[in-house]
Amino acid sequence: MRKLALSDEILMKVDKPARYIGNEVNSVMKNKDEVDIRFAFVFPDVYEIGMSHLGIQILYDMLNRREDIWCERVYSPWTDLDKIMREEQIPLFALESQDPIKDFDFIGITIQYEMCYTNILQVLDLAQVPLFAKDRTEEHPIVIGGGPCTYNPEPLADFFDIFYIGEGETVYFELMDRYKEWKASGKTKKEFLEMAAGIPGLYVPAFYDVTYHEDGTIASFEPNNEHAKKVIEKQMVLDMTNTYYPEKPVVPFIKATQDRVVLEIQRGCIRGCRFCQAGMLYRPTREKDVEVLKDYAYKMLKSTGHEEISLSSLSSSDYSELEELVTFLIEEFKDKAINISLPSLRIDAFSLDVMSKVQDIRKSSLTFAPEAGSQRLRNVINKGLTEEMILEGAGQAFEGGWTRVKLYFMLGLPTETEEDMKAIAHLADKIARRYYEIPKDQRNGKCQIVASSSFFIPKPFTPFQWATMLNKEDYIERAKIVNHEMKAQLNHKSLKYNWHEADITVLEGVFARGDRNTGKVLLEAYRLGALYDSWGEHFNNEIWMQAFENTGVDIAFYNLRQRDLEEILPWDFINIGVSKKFLQREWQNALDEKVTPNCRAKCAGCGAAIYGGGVCIEGKN
Amino acid sequence: MKARIKFRKYGCMKFIGHLDVMRFFQKAMRRADIPIAFTGGFSPHMIMSFANPLGVGVTSDGEYFDIELVEEIDMKAAVERMNQVMVEGIDVVNMVPISDDKKQTGMSIVAAADYLSTVKYNGFPEGWQDKAKDFMNQPEIHIVKKTKKSEKEVDIKPMIYKFEVRGDSVYMQVATGSVENLKPELVMQALGQFLGLDNESLSFAHHRLEVYANVGSDEEKQFVSLDQVS
Repeated sequence: MRKLALSDEILMKVDKPARYIGNEVNSVMKNKDEVDIRFAFVFPDVYEIGMSHLGIQILYDMLNRREDIWCERVYSPWTDLDKIMREEQIPLFALESQDPIKDFDFIGITIQYEMCYTNILQVLDLAQVPLFAKDRTEEHPIVIGGGPCTYNPEPLADFFDIFYIGEGETVYFELMDRYKEWKASGKTKKEFLEMAAGIPGLYVPAFYDVTYHEDGTIASFEPNNEHAKKVIEKQMVLDMTNTYYPEKPVVPFIKATQDRVVLEIQRGCIRGCRFCQAGMLYRPTREKDVEVLKDYAYKMLKSTGHEEISLSSLSSSDYSELEELVTFLIEEFKDKAINISLPSLRIDAFSLDVMSKVQDIRKSSLTFAPEAGSQRLRNVINKGLTEEMILEGAGQAFEGGWTRVKLYFMLGLPTETEEDMKAIAHLADKIARRYYEIPKDQRNGKCQIVASSSFFIPKPFTPFQWATMLNKEDYIERAKIVNHEMKAQLNHKSLKYNWHEADITVLEGVFARGDRNTGKVLLEAYRLGALYDSWGEHFNNEIWMQAFENTGVDIAFYNLRQRDLEEILPWDFINIGVSKKFLQREWQNALDEKVTPNCRAKCAGCGAAIYGGGVCIEGKN
Repeated sequence: MKARIKFRKYGCMKFIGHLDVMRFFQKAMRRADIPIAFTGGFSPHMIMSFANPLGVGVTSDGEYFDIELVEEIDMKAAVERMNQVMVEGIDVVNMVPISDDKKQTGMSIVAAADYLSTVKYNGFPEGWQDKAKDFMNQPEIHIVKKTKKSEKEVDIKPMIYKFEVRGDSVYMQVATGSVENLKPELVMQALGQFLGLDNESLSFAHHRLEVYANVGSDEEKQFVSLDQVS
C-alpha cells in the first residue's frame, strides 16, 4: 500500500484530508523506476478548484499515455496545511506517488488567472525549490508555465525556466524527447534551455533582455542568446476531433466545483467581443465532430460514474451541431438519471425548449450577458446582443413559465458615460415590465431580475489592450450610480443589483498588462503574507498596497496611463496569429462605435487564417 | 427488490468522510452497471441508505448499505463488477438480498458494533493489559460526553457489551445506532483514565470489525451481523 506523505495526525488535523491523499478513481499509478520523466502538474489553487479544470485532465491523460512519463497532480495546500508544512519542513509532494516534487524532472504550472500568482510562489516555496529561475541548478526540476496568463508571462518571468505559449496538446512530447536526450548527455541546464528555446512556442525568459525608457515604457526587447527566437509563435491544435481527450478523467472523492463529465465541443469563439481575451487567443474557432463527442459522452460517463454531463465552449450556441448533440444527450441519458447541464446558451425557442426538458423551470433562471447597458456601448465592445433580442428571449421564457433572469454587465468599459451606466437599470426594468405585461392570472407571482456587474480589465491581445482603467474609488462610484438608478425604477422591487469589490480589479489590471518589474511586487506581497488572493476571506489589500510601496512600483503607470499605439507592449514578442494591425483597427472601430461581423458572417481579416484551420477554412475544403 | 452490500474501508480511505463515501458509491453503482432504483422528480436520487456512519480516521471490515434494485441480478457477479471499479482501500465483501420491509433497513436495525482499538506510539505503560482486565469490574464507568450543546457525565458501562484485551489492542462490542450509541474513542478514553494516564497525549487507531442487528429483545439481546439478518 502507498505510504502517505503526511502523518495520520496531520491528516486528522487539517480540513478535508482527501485533498492530499490521491488514490482517486482513474488517477494513474506507475512504477517510478520504470519511467524516465517525472512530471508534476500543478494547479496553483486549492484541490476542489484545480480538480475542476479541464486543461489538466487533458494533459494528465496525454502525458500518461507515454510509458516513459509519469505525470502526477499537485494543488496548493490550503492555509492550514501550508502552516504545518512550513513548521515541520515537509516538502510539497505529488498526489499519486506522494513523493516530493523537488526530485521531479518537471514542475509544470498552469496559470489560469492573475490572482493565483502568489500561490505559484507558495508551491515552489513549499516544494523547497528556489523561487528564482536563476537560483535553480541541474539538481532542480525544470519549472514550466502554461495557460492563458502566459500570453503575458512577463510578471512571472523571473520565476520560470520556460513558458509554453499555446495549447498543451502540441509540443510537450517534443520537449520530453529533447529532455531525455539532454539528461543522457550530461550537458548543462543552460544547454537544455537553449534546446528548448528552439522548439516552436517555447519561451525561455532568461534569454531576453528588456531595456526601458526613462518614462518606464519598454525601449527594447531583444534575445541575448542565439538560440532564442525573436518572436514566439502560439501553438495550437488544428484537428480538434482527432486530438487528445481523456476517456477516463480523474474522479475526486470530495465534491469539486465541476463534479461532472465535461465535453469540450469547440475551442475558440467566432464573436469577436472586443474585451474578450479568450475570443482572440483561441482563434480560429475549431469544432469537434459530433459523432466523436457522442462516443466520448458514453465512455466518460461510464468510466467516471458521474451523474451529470456538461458542455464546454466559449459560446455553445455557435456550435454547428448543437441541436443534434443536445437532442442526443437528452434522449440517451435522461432516463438514466443523468443531469444535462447546459452552459449559457443564447436564449431562443430551441434553447428554451431544451432547458424546459432538462431542468425545473421554477428553480432555474435565464442568463443573459449584455455586458453593457446601452446599445451604443454594446457596439463599442462589439457585443452582438440587442435589447430586442433580450426582450424577445425573456418574453418567450416568461411565457414558458420562467420568472428569474440573471444579467451580467461590466462597468468601466472604454468610452462609458453616466447614461451607459444608468442604461443597465433601464434594461433590467424593461425586462421586468415585459414580465408584468403577462396577465396576472397567467403568470407565476413576481419576477426577479438580478443584475451583476464586474469591472472591466483590459487584457493583452484584445483591441482594448491600449485602454485605460480607473481608480478603485471611481469604480465604486460607477456601481453606486447604477445602484441608485435601479432604486428609481418602476419595478425596483423586482430588481436586484450586485457589484464586485474593486480592490482585486486594480491588482488584476496591473498583472494582466504588467512588465517584468511587476514581479518584484508579487514577490514582496508573498513575503508579506499574501496567498489565496482570489479567495475573499484571504485577500488582504493592505499587504498588496504595502508591497507596491516597498518596491516603488506605481499602479497608475500600469492602469491609468494612456498607452500609445506605437508603444512596445510587454507581450509584443508573442504572435497569436491575430495581428496587431487588426487589434488597432478594432480599437478604432470601438471608438467609432462600429460593429464588426462575426467570423462566420464575414471574415474580418484578423490574421488567424494563417493557421489554415477551423472557421477560416469552413466550406472551403 | 432490495439488497444489502457489505464493504471494507482501510488504508488512506479512512480519511474519506461518510458523505463522500456515499458519493463514491453512487458513482461506483453507475460504473459497475448496477440496476439501482431512483426516486422520481426533477432531481432523482439513488435509493441507497447507509447503516451507520463511520468516523473519519476509522477503518472497518464491516460497513453496510442497502439499495433498491429495479430488476433481479446475479449478486455474485455484481460484487465482482463492483470490485473492478473500486479504489485501493475499499473492497466489496458481499451482497445479499434483504426483506422489502421498511422496518428492516440498515439504518434502523443497527444495535451494536465490534471494534478493535489500539493505542499508538506505545502510549500505554508496559503491562497495561493486566490492569485493563479490571476495567469492566468497576461498578460504573463515568466519562464526560461532549455534544455540540453541552457536556454531561454519563455511565457508559451499560453500553459496553464485551470488553477484552487482545495482544496490544482492546476488543470491544458496544451499543451502536440511533437508540444508543457509544464511540470506541470514549471507551479508550475511559480506559486511559482508569490506567491513570493523561488522555490528551494519547492517540488511538480504531478499527470496526462488524455491525450487528438485535434479533432478540431489549432485555435479552441477540446480535446478528447485518449480512446474516434474513
